[in-house]
Amino acid sequence: MTKTPLVQVRGLRVTRGRHTILQIPELDVRQGEVLALIGPNGSGKSTLLRVLALLESAPMQYWMDGLPVRLPAAGPALRRQMGVVFQEPLLLNASVGTNVALGLRLRGLGRAERSRRAAVWLDRLGVGHLFGRRAHTLSGGEAQRVALARALVTEPRLLFLDEPFASLDVVTRQPLVEDLGRLIRASGTTAVFATHDFLEVLLLADRVAVLDGGAIVQLDVPRRAYEAPATERVRELIGATRAMVAALPSSARTPSEASP
Amino acid sequence: MELIVEGVRQAGAMLLAGDPEVWQIAWLTLRVSLAATCISVVIGVPAGVALALGASRLHRFLIGLANTGMGLPPVVAGLWISILLWRYGPLGQLGLMYTPAAMVIAQAVIATPVVTGFTLAGIAQQDPRLRLQLLGLGASRWQLYLLLVFEARIAILAGVIAGFGAVVSEVGASMMVGGNVKGHTRVLTTATVLEVGKGNFATAIALSLVLLLLAYGVTVVLTILQQHGRRR
Repeated sequence: MTKTPLVQVRGLRVTRGRHTILQIPELDVRQGEVLALIGPNGSGKSTLLRVLALLESAPMQYWMDGLPVRLPAAGPALRRQMGVVFQEPLLLNASVGTNVALGLRLRGLGRAERSRRAAVWLDRLGVGHLFGRRAHTLSGGEAQRVALARALVTEPRLLFLDEPFASLDVVTRQPLVEDLGRLIRASGTTAVFATHDFLEVLLLADRVAVLDGGAIVQLDVPRRAYEAPATERVRELIGATRAMVAALPSSARTPSEASP
Repeated sequence: MELIVEGVRQAGAMLLAGDPEVWQIAWLTLRVSLAATCISVVIGVPAGVALALGASRLHRFLIGLANTGMGLPPVVAGLWISILLWRYGPLGQLGLMYTPAAMVIAQAVIATPVVTGFTLAGIAQQDPRLRLQLLGLGASRWQLYLLLVFEARIAILAGVIAGFGAVVSEVGASMMVGGNVKGHTRVLTTATVLEVGKGNFATAIALSLVLLLLAYGVTVVLTILQQHGRRR
């Protein structure tokens, strides 16, 4: 049975001046999948993520749940079904609890319920003890966990992550990648994340879109992209990861074998 | 030296005796300056947000204007407001010349660019990606503006303190549009100038002490508010 994709994009083109920086004739985000966008710097993956998250407007056709979306008018309402985490935590100068509850507050939830849910999600990310701390006193890893709790607390149908681990050191990153993967699977959230690290793709993603020069050059399950890269550029991207994967413990998640 | 000691002694006696005229003048000063500051917040904060978020040539021109306005000499503001409110001026029919309302208008003209400039600076120094992040969390356009103001609250309150400080201490505009009418538009600064002119140094020192206390009191309240904001 084929389910209607959660998001369908057709005829997307982003230009800066006379340059086309992104051209995607067709892309679907399936219900419940984790889709990775990988590519070198300047490949257009962050731009694509922002366009999909309706944070940047571009000429395109956009469907959600199979229904055409009129942009930009419908953007704000649809964004309330989404969550976004960037490379930087971008927390407000307030307590951790206030930060995590923000999305709920914007949706009009009462104070007690906001606090309760914020505490639950901070716990799930293993930072429940930070609830009363000021956001600007957190370490990088703590702040990024708080930022993830802030995005997940609204229980978005669609979660966007723009290189969420890129600013973290390896020791901090590894457990966070694992925790995030577990939480996304458990909640059945559909997620799109941009990265330049193929290891994260292997650990988290169901499918991967490889971007180069503003175009998707390969869209496949991670294992197949890994074993049979479509272009030389993809091979280079993966090459750096191969050595690391060799050292990976066998407990690491086996990439899904779903068809592309 | 003797003059100063004597002046301070007499000033103390006057204040302790609770001279009704001094208190009436102080009360008017407080009301006029606070009203002007409130108006400057109502206009200056949204203006600062609008200027900080825009990138057009018009925005850049207006930012230059606001920054220049931060140093607007009160006498210049007073002159132009006078011309407008003068009986035969464009707004003469309102009959506002030489009233406290005219002083509020003139002082608001002085304080608004200050509040605008501080708000603008406070928001402009935020990470530009914060806007995308807040929209991504589901903020509507108005919620976004309110959150940006919340995040810039310390800078904005610094602007309010600076704006109040500018208007409570200015003499030029109040003199020109208020006229220093006894019991009607006389404020602490204009009264001080008058008393010095008359040679009543003791009264002038008393008035200046009241002005200092008043400015200090309001600033302390605003500072407490600002520091509370830091810890939120």
